[in-house]
Amino acid sequence: MDVMAKNNQFFIEREQNKYEVVIGLEVHAQVTSDSKLFSSSPTKFGAEPNTQVSLVDAAFPGMLPVINEFCVKQAIKTGIGLKAKINKKSIFDRKNYFYADLPQGYQISQYKYPIIGEGKVILDMADGQKEIGIERLHLEQDAGKSIHDIDPTNTFVDLNRSGVALMEIVSKPDLRSPDEVNAYIKKLRSIMRYLGTCDGNMQEGSLRADVNVSVRRQGDDNFGTRCEIKNVNSIKFMQMAIIYEANRQVDLIEEGKSIDQETRLFDTKKNETRSMRSKEDAHDYRYFPDPDLLPLEISDEFITQIKDEIPELPDEKKKRFIDKFNLSSYEANILVSDIDTSKYFEEVIKNSDVKLATNWITGELFAVLNEKNLEISESPVSSNNLSKLINLIKDGTISGKIAKTIFEEMIDGDKDPQIIVDQKGLKQESDPKALEELINKVIKHNTSKVEEYKSGKEKLFGFFVGQVMKESKGKGNPQLINKILKEKLNG
Amino acid sequence: MSDITKLSLNELIKNIRNKKLSSTEITNSFIERSEKSKKLNTYVTDNFSSALEAAKIFDEKPNMDLKLPGIPIAVKDLFCTNGVRTTAGSNILNNFIPPYESTVTQSMWDEGAILLGKLNCDEFAMGSSNETSFFGNVQNPISENLVPGGSSGGSSAALAANLTPVTIGTDTGGSIRQPASFTGTVGLKPTYGSCSRYGIVAFASSLDQAGPMSQNVKDTALLLEVISKFDNKDSTSIDFKRNKYSSELTNNIKGLKIGIPNEYRVEGMPKEIEGLWKKGIEIIKDCGAKTVDISLPTTKYALPTYYIVAPAEASSNLARYDGVKYGFRSEGENLIDMYEKTRSEGFGEEVKRRILIGTYVLSSGYYDAYYLKAQKVRQLIKKDFDYVYNNVDAILTPSTPSSAFKIGEKTNDPVSMYLNDIFTVPVNLAGLPGISIPAGIDNKGFPLGLQIIGKPFDEQTILNIAYSMEEKINFKNNITDWWM
Repeated sequence: MDVMAKNNQFFIEREQNKYEVVIGLEVHAQVTSDSKLFSSSPTKFGAEPNTQVSLVDAAFPGMLPVINEFCVKQAIKTGIGLKAKINKKSIFDRKNYFYADLPQGYQISQYKYPIIGEGKVILDMADGQKEIGIERLHLEQDAGKSIHDIDPTNTFVDLNRSGVALMEIVSKPDLRSPDEVNAYIKKLRSIMRYLGTCDGNMQEGSLRADVNVSVRRQGDDNFGTRCEIKNVNSIKFMQMAIIYEANRQVDLIEEGKSIDQETRLFDTKKNETRSMRSKEDAHDYRYFPDPDLLPLEISDEFITQIKDEIPELPDEKKKRFIDKFNLSSYEANILVSDIDTSKYFEEVIKNSDVKLATNWITGELFAVLNEKNLEISESPVSSNNLSKLINLIKDGTISGKIAKTIFEEMIDGDKDPQIIVDQKGLKQESDPKALEELINKVIKHNTSKVEEYKSGKEKLFGFFVGQVMKESKGKGNPQLINKILKEKLNG
Repeated sequence: MSDITKLSLNELIKNIRNKKLSSTEITNSFIERSEKSKKLNTYVTDNFSSALEAAKIFDEKPNMDLKLPGIPIAVKDLFCTNGVRTTAGSNILNNFIPPYESTVTQSMWDEGAILLGKLNCDEFAMGSSNETSFFGNVQNPISENLVPGGSSGGSSAALAANLTPVTIGTDTGGSIRQPASFTGTVGLKPTYGSCSRYGIVAFASSLDQAGPMSQNVKDTALLLEVISKFDNKDSTSIDFKRNKYSSELTNNIKGLKIGIPNEYRVEGMPKEIEGLWKKGIEIIKDCGAKTVDISLPTTKYALPTYYIVAPAEASSNLARYDGVKYGFRSEGENLIDMYEKTRSEGFGEEVKRRILIGTYVLSSGYYDAYYLKAQKVRQLIKKDFDYVYNNVDAILTPSTPSSAFKIGEKTNDPVSMYLNDIFTVPVNLAGLPGISIPAGIDNKGFPLGLQIIGKPFDEQTILNIAYSMEEKINFKNNITDWWM
């Protein structure tokens, strides 16, 4: 695979030509909601098959859909988060096709008139910010699940997902690399998690995407023919699929062949995409407005009320962290990218130093979480105790070094650092007289080294500090030790 | 009591409230007559034993405050009834027993009515003669081998033959008014959004409305009062202030202006229909109302528009009958094979024809030319009515272009069958209320109806006009019990 990534520019290179990859994503995000889009059935993940199915979800005769206002609100919230146009009138259409896990014989979706129009998402890439356009966001029902591997001759159908609300978020073809796709999905997920509109859990299928890929020679203005890779459910697979598919298309062009517009599937085991259906075989979905539902009309008051509920979003939070706390853009990014991290950080800094909190969270805490494979919401050290630890450092009760030892102990059962300090007598020695005694002792035992130091071997200063520290069992205040030691040795 | 089954709904209620009749006596009478009338083929499923039990329970502790105290009523088999088979006249639902009740029927049971049985109808309400039913055609009690109209043909026949005191049907393009006209009975299609569609097997969602059918206007008013209700389970249900149709019913229509639409004088319309209409105009004037000539220029487009919109919606509404979840299934080699066999054997010819038409008009490349254009025309048809309603209170037309025809006469000519709905279809497309009342007979002695079309949500006015005309017309159905 000839792939080149330089300065965050991603090209596929062949002998003569350099190709740019153009990517657009249709993300299907499950709306966080206790009940389905058009029925009151619960949506809990992992329930026994066919236990969360109403007569509406199973499309019994005469059953009618009734829109779930909460899901509409969630879509509008997401639209606001994407800085998008909220369409005050939108229409639900029927997308007609037959499948065993589609009980109605049609999916209720939005076709010509989606609830949310154009918006944007800002990505922080290594070489700066990049804006990705959002084409639209619409609400639609999920289908059920066909299970082919339980029985050799029959397909089993689970309708628990049937009717669950999805937001389909369609990007403009603005993405140019697997890295940008990674950043885009993460940013989208982050925004929706801040808003509480989608949990973004890819393992549970709450977030999946259809990936549109085309290639063109560097410098070309026109897009190439695109292929759509259906239903990819992890960022890693999206990236693998894009690299495979882009190379496949480039190979075809290099061979002088044309690319057929088609729908393809990504085989995760073989790491390749393969044709699912051609444009000619494309379904005719016979979209038409669902006569069971009136056009969805949204009042200004409703939008205003929702706007009032919008929390501070990652971009704004980042700006505030930089402006108010003087954090670097890098640090701010790390702290705001995940809502739980930002919450944790803000709780810690309620009562303690921002700089120390930033370092401790992005350093020690992240290391522990990584090592134990935990989310910050499952952190073994509470924000309250980390805050206490930072304050102990800040007021000189303990040194940074001791703090690390204490932190190791705190992990086991979220212990209070003050109690560890008290129990183990780890309070920092900051009495100048006591430290002077220790320093005198070290000088006395190392007369030859003192001579060397005085004759110009100043590197030895570190050695003396270390010895004093050792004498203090690590509790000596390093700043004071430095100060007194210097006076003694130079005096 | 000489013949209980000949009493009107209001008379039955009076007798029950006066304790001259019990619910059991009434229910028994209708069951006995129904048992003797199997030749009419009106029932798909009877509920006789449960009805008798319910009547007994009612009699033990009668609640006379209810609007339909202990009254047995048979309903069109398009209404889902909890625990009672509901077929929609189709093989594909011939074993379907709903675990739920339609809102409209529930409203009737809540007012004390008792389910007598499920009445035959055209398959999925697609038809104008009740000949498309999987359960066979229905005989019109007016004369042997005469169709009772459709799609609510089992309902109109059962009503005219006194097998049920009143009934309810559904009307998508005339399916209440045309059969009422063919059987000398009264049928009302309410404004779209008046009666909940929840639990009614869907044909064309933007046109379907349930409505009352009865022997006289007063009974229609009472039944409408029971079934016209806002329902949040139907997103197209409308929460408007409903009249107390029965107590507000009056024969005083002095000063009302009634429009006579020029475009309803269709080519080839029998003289008798023309004569009936003229007679209607005279009667209206006799009642103290004025008639005004009006024009509804888009009328001629109504039928083709209807035969695009209704099949389009039907093709999608009927996709759920796939053999996967409930109803009839024909086993196949694989999923597609099972679909094809199930739907080939499960649906009848007329239903298949409409699914094909509907699928075609929604197809990519044809959508704009057919479906979209039809929707635009539909708006124009509605505008026509809106415009004339600036000047008139209601509109008088014939209900149908002919009286009932012979069984088999039009089965091979779908277009001539579709022409039956020419006067009723515009009303559905515009979402308006319309009532058909018996107004005379043709030279064969078969009943003919007049239709009164109202403003949206103004059922009261058309009921009042119908009520005052009914008095003057004094129509009596000539039912000879020829089938017994």
